[in-house]
Amino acid sequence: MNSLAIETEDLGRVYKIRGNRKEKKQFKERVALSGVNLQVPRGELFGLLGPNGAGKTSLIKILVTLLAPSSGRAMVAGFDVAKDPKSVRPLINMVSGGESSGYGLLTVRENLWLFGQFYGLDNKTTQQRTDELLEIVGLKDRANTKTSDLSTGLRQKMNIVRGFLTMPEVIFLDEPTLGLDVGAGREVRQFVRNWIATKPDRTVLLTTHYMAEAEDLCERVAIINNGRVMACDSPANLKKRLRSETIFHLEVSPLDGAFPDLRNLPGVRKAVHTPLDGKSELELILASDEAISGIIAALTSRQARILNLQKREPTLEDVFVDLVGMSLAEAEKNG
Amino acid sequence: MDSGWRLFLRTIFARAYPRLIGQQREKAWLFFETFLPFVAVAGYVYVYRAMQAPADYIGFAVIGGAMTAFWLNVIWSMSAQLYWEKDNGNLALYIMAPNSLMAILLGMALGGMLATTLRAAVIIIVGILAFHVSFSVSHFGALFAVFLITMSALYGMGMLFASMFLLYGRNMWQINIAMQEPIYFISGLYFPEKTFGAAISLAASIVPMTLGMDAMRQLLFSSGPAIGFLSVRTEILALVVLAIAFVTAAKYWLDKMERLAIKEGTLTDRRR
Repeated sequence: MNSLAIETEDLGRVYKIRGNRKEKKQFKERVALSGVNLQVPRGELFGLLGPNGAGKTSLIKILVTLLAPSSGRAMVAGFDVAKDPKSVRPLINMVSGGESSGYGLLTVRENLWLFGQFYGLDNKTTQQRTDELLEIVGLKDRANTKTSDLSTGLRQKMNIVRGFLTMPEVIFLDEPTLGLDVGAGREVRQFVRNWIATKPDRTVLLTTHYMAEAEDLCERVAIINNGRVMACDSPANLKKRLRSETIFHLEVSPLDGAFPDLRNLPGVRKAVHTPLDGKSELELILASDEAISGIIAALTSRQARILNLQKREPTLEDVFVDLVGMSLAEAEKNG
Repeated sequence: MDSGWRLFLRTIFARAYPRLIGQQREKAWLFFETFLPFVAVAGYVYVYRAMQAPADYIGFAVIGGAMTAFWLNVIWSMSAQLYWEKDNGNLALYIMAPNSLMAILLGMALGGMLATTLRAAVIIIVGILAFHVSFSVSHFGALFAVFLITMSALYGMGMLFASMFLLYGRNMWQINIAMQEPIYFISGLYFPEKTFGAAISLAASIVPMTLGMDAMRQLLFSSGPAIGFLSVRTEILALVVLAIAFVTAAKYWLDKMERLAIKEGTLTDRRR
């Protein structure tokens, strides 16, 4: 048995986008993935972290056999996804955030039975696993509720159960907590964590644009932006990249035009400015503590009032800023 | 886990389930899907009575009304279905599961056919009771065979449309609406097809309901054989050919759709 659950070699995907009516036959190309090399051993909870539009979903779609790569190769559970999708499909499953799959007129239990049938599960096994999983996610008392009567959070819990029902060797979770409230998101993360802990031969690939989620769950994380993997390591090792730097978080009165100058100040490695309602937030990666005095001087000379100043430990968000040169939110805006 | 034929059969049954069971839970749908065709039947019945048409024409209208339920089911719940399945994310799950997409379509067809048969039966029973229709069945076996083969060809056509609409059907609503009434008319649902003459009837025979209705009229009513377009035997043969052709074409388009979906990445994407 191959020890790798997922392996990609120089994987690329280019979308051809049709022009407008006048240029009907002309195609523009958009590179979604380029030169992606990943190796995920069996039993790992692996994260793909990046802004919307970074290429995470394209990568997942290739791995679950829904999209053909334009170049390179992808293997899942030992099989080539492009050449041998029929061998891959029984071994995988996928859950996406904001998913509305299933049929609203059917109950939770009926929908789960339906999807179990598509994987050839017999009724007894389906019933047994459905009961177990519904109990774990706290949905057992709603098993006979019509899906159309469920809230978004409960529906997503049903989707999670649908994905895990077939006991996939590799499960792909594409933004599984998207749109969920804090409590439901925490429960989903706890479920995923427990599942991998009790089934060490199974593999989870999770995509998220929530830094804390990746940090909380994943053994290793690949940071992806503009279709390229910028870094791939454990959250702790990724943060070590910033060991020699100092991270400051500042809240100041609205900065308007004053921000660009800060990036050129001595000792400022990276600076991200987020204008908020009635104030500005600054995330600063500095070469050393001393550089903060220059920042404060520059801000006060522009009549900016400092509302809050915090020195803190680096997070994956800081790693992203360090790698990409902008925050996740900015990358999404530019993406 | 099952695979091969067992998985194929499981998938058919599972996909038929939401139609057989789920749809019966919407009482409003049940009412409107039987009541509205019945209102159309009543309209024809009163026109025929006013015209003092032969009594069998009342029966034609009742049977035609029952068959409209199948046509509505084929265009709205078969042809348009994969497009809707794409929208709610089911299509991607169907493709990435180890099951066959053909089994999914067959399940949709089987479920739709059986659920609609219930509605059609209600229309016929109410029609018989309300308008005192009498039948003179010449051959029960042939009648049953015609019905089954017509359904196979009709739902085969629906399966074919399902893939084609997904590929080209951005204007699906308009296509469905455009197909609804003209097909009622050209298929001779409420009157003998022969009225149109050979050329138009032949062209209309591409829609399986045309030959199916014509054959059923011939088998159900004493005046049927005299107003038949072709012989029942020829119509059965033609319907068998249509059923095979539509199911084969559906398989071809479904495979094409899946290949294109995977190549372009757009057909399973809810955002596109």
